Amino acid sequence: MNFELTDEQRAFGDALDKLLVSADTVAVARAWAEGDTGPGLALWSRLAEQGVTALLVPEEAGGMDATPVELVVAFEALGRHAVPGPWVETAAYLATELAGAAREAIAEGAVATVAVPPHTPYALDADVAAQVYVAASDGVRTATVGEQVGSVDLARHLFRVEAGGVHDTADRAAEAFDLAALATAAQLLGAGERVLAEAVTYAKQRRQFGREIGSYQAIKHQLADVRIALDFARPLVLGAAVEPTPRAVSAAKVMAGDAAYLASRTALQVHGAIGYTQEFDLSIWITKIRALVTAWGTPAFHRARILQSLVGA
Amino acid sequence: MDLQLTESELAFQAEARAWLAANVPNEPLPSMDTEEGWRLHQEWEARLTADRWSVVSWPKSYHGREASLVEWVIFEEEYYRAGAPGRVSQNGIFLLAPIIFDHGTQEQQDRFLPTMASGEKIWAQCWSEPEAGSDLASLKSTARRDDERGGWVLNGQKIWCSRASYAHWGFGLFRSDPSAQKHAGLTYFLFPMDAEGITVRPIAQLDGEAGFAEVFYDDVFVPDSDVLGAPGDGWRVAMSTAGNERGLSLRSPGRFCAAADRLVDLYRERPDVRMGDAVVDAWIKAEAYRLYTWGTVTRLADGGEMGAAGSVNKVWWSELDIALHETALDLLGPEAEVESRWLDGYTFALSGPIYAGTNEIQRNIIAERILGLPREPKGAQR
Repeated sequence: MNFELTDEQRAFGDALDKLLVSADTVAVARAWAEGDTGPGLALWSRLAEQGVTALLVPEEAGGMDATPVELVVAFEALGRHAVPGPWVETAAYLATELAGAAREAIAEGAVATVAVPPHTPYALDADVAAQVYVAASDGVRTATVGEQVGSVDLARHLFRVEAGGVHDTADRAAEAFDLAALATAAQLLGAGERVLAEAVTYAKQRRQFGREIGSYQAIKHQLADVRIALDFARPLVLGAAVEPTPRAVSAAKVMAGDAAYLASRTALQVHGAIGYTQEFDLSIWITKIRALVTAWGTPAFHRARILQSLVGA
Repeated sequence: MDLQLTESELAFQAEARAWLAANVPNEPLPSMDTEEGWRLHQEWEARLTADRWSVVSWPKSYHGREASLVEWVIFEEEYYRAGAPGRVSQNGIFLLAPIIFDHGTQEQQDRFLPTMASGEKIWAQCWSEPEAGSDLASLKSTARRDDERGGWVLNGQKIWCSRASYAHWGFGLFRSDPSAQKHAGLTYFLFPMDAEGITVRPIAQLDGEAGFAEVFYDDVFVPDSDVLGAPGDGWRVAMSTAGNERGLSLRSPGRFCAAADRLVDLYRERPDVRMGDAVVDAWIKAEAYRLYTWGTVTRLADGGEMGAAGSVNKVWWSELDIALHETALDLLGPEAEVESRWLDGYTFALSGPIYAGTNEIQRNIIAERILGLPREPKGAQR
């Protein structure tokens, strides 16, 4: 029994954090939102060099053969820094489901994306992906990209797709979906931690009625509730990474989504009007969290899946 | 990082499971806060003790088996899964014992721990006073030095003292130096509940049973040998008890996982799609608590400390306990008001956000000590 990250896993997360802190990810995300994906793609390459796209790819296919624990460590960092791009699609879903050269390309850092209807009906950032796929009942197909639809998160460019020819797969669609949901849960956890940290910092600085607003219990207790929610979402995310059963993944996704959403709502409220502006950086996370809560299986879907597994058992 | 049990932990688990299967009473015992229930719970403690299951993590010389923290969590999980009785000795074995191990003299350990472990002597927690609840350090009950007899004389009043209606011994804080600052000048005392000058007035709880009591002290003499820790150091000593109560020891995940499993069973018997999400959420939160605890256990085994995380823990389990039972009652529908194990559990759960430091106090601690938010200006100090 050792339910803590190993020193190596911690070091991997710290290294990614360090890289991302120095990469001015807010500027990267804002540029991406405005259609300038150059800085984001450069950052993609740097993260790929750290192995982020290769984690789930087996060694013989040029990958790292890492576990889902490393995956969630990486995605928490991506969420904390609001890194734009089809990371879940490439590094979790396609890295698991694709076979052959296409998977090797992903390990080497190729940008790819996938739509997995009905849960993930649009292909995220298909405009920058070298390969675009769509999941179908008979496996993965290549896809042609249609029109763009707007997302609440301006840094998520969603595209309609149409299925083309059948592509080689590892026939692991169910596992790929679960790992994508787990990676999304980890991203939510990181984003939730970030908005909590922002709200705490703000509550220590902002003064009203002659004292810091963070000294009022009305503010304190809301932030404490966020701390509690995130503290109990984390072990579900790590537990699902250690034993990624569908039920464990769904529990992680539900709780990480709930906790991050509570964090974003609370952070917005603590910041007041300034938090409601696009110009203020908090908006980047508030909109991303909203998008991720329903991405890769809505809370209702995941709750229903848990109930089925509990009651059907 | 893993969730694997070792061979010897698995063997421990199998042994505990087998013993519990063979020994847990088929019918739930009557409430421990009735005279008959009290006696039967004490008998159950004796049975646990006979086979060294009452305090598995304690030294062998005090009826324990020197089990690891992991094994303790395993035991608790098995204990509640087996539907075994509540622990009438819990104030002693979970709250006071850790303090006696840390701060007690060898003589005190030898004198108190064996009978506490066996359930022969049950301990009551005498903590709050009428004017000192959340603001515990404002307590007014006094301890006056008596050099002649070599001890202290207690006067005052404690209230909401769990198990005090029937307990043999009590523990609590008294102001031994009235000139000292609020938190200083408090001393931690142990006293027999039948000592001369102690009057116990049972208080019926929400369910009508005398789970707690008011205790009056009228010139109660306590010898120096029954002072725990140094005189004047009581607050520091007591706060380590409070940490235990909030944290790991009092509310092991086994309790909630077993209740969540029973809730799923109830849903299977009485499926109601409108309640599906509530059942799932209760199950997820119990599972989160189970995994969180393994993280805590790993950290503690590596030499870490519980610290203010105990407050995070306490808010979680107390709210989870209520949510679990509310969901069960909702599933029971119009039957919910009829006497049942769920109803008993619900009534008990209602006290969770109040005792061991209200959840509002816990949220203050989380905000100030974990998040580092500024302290709120306090009202007038004594």
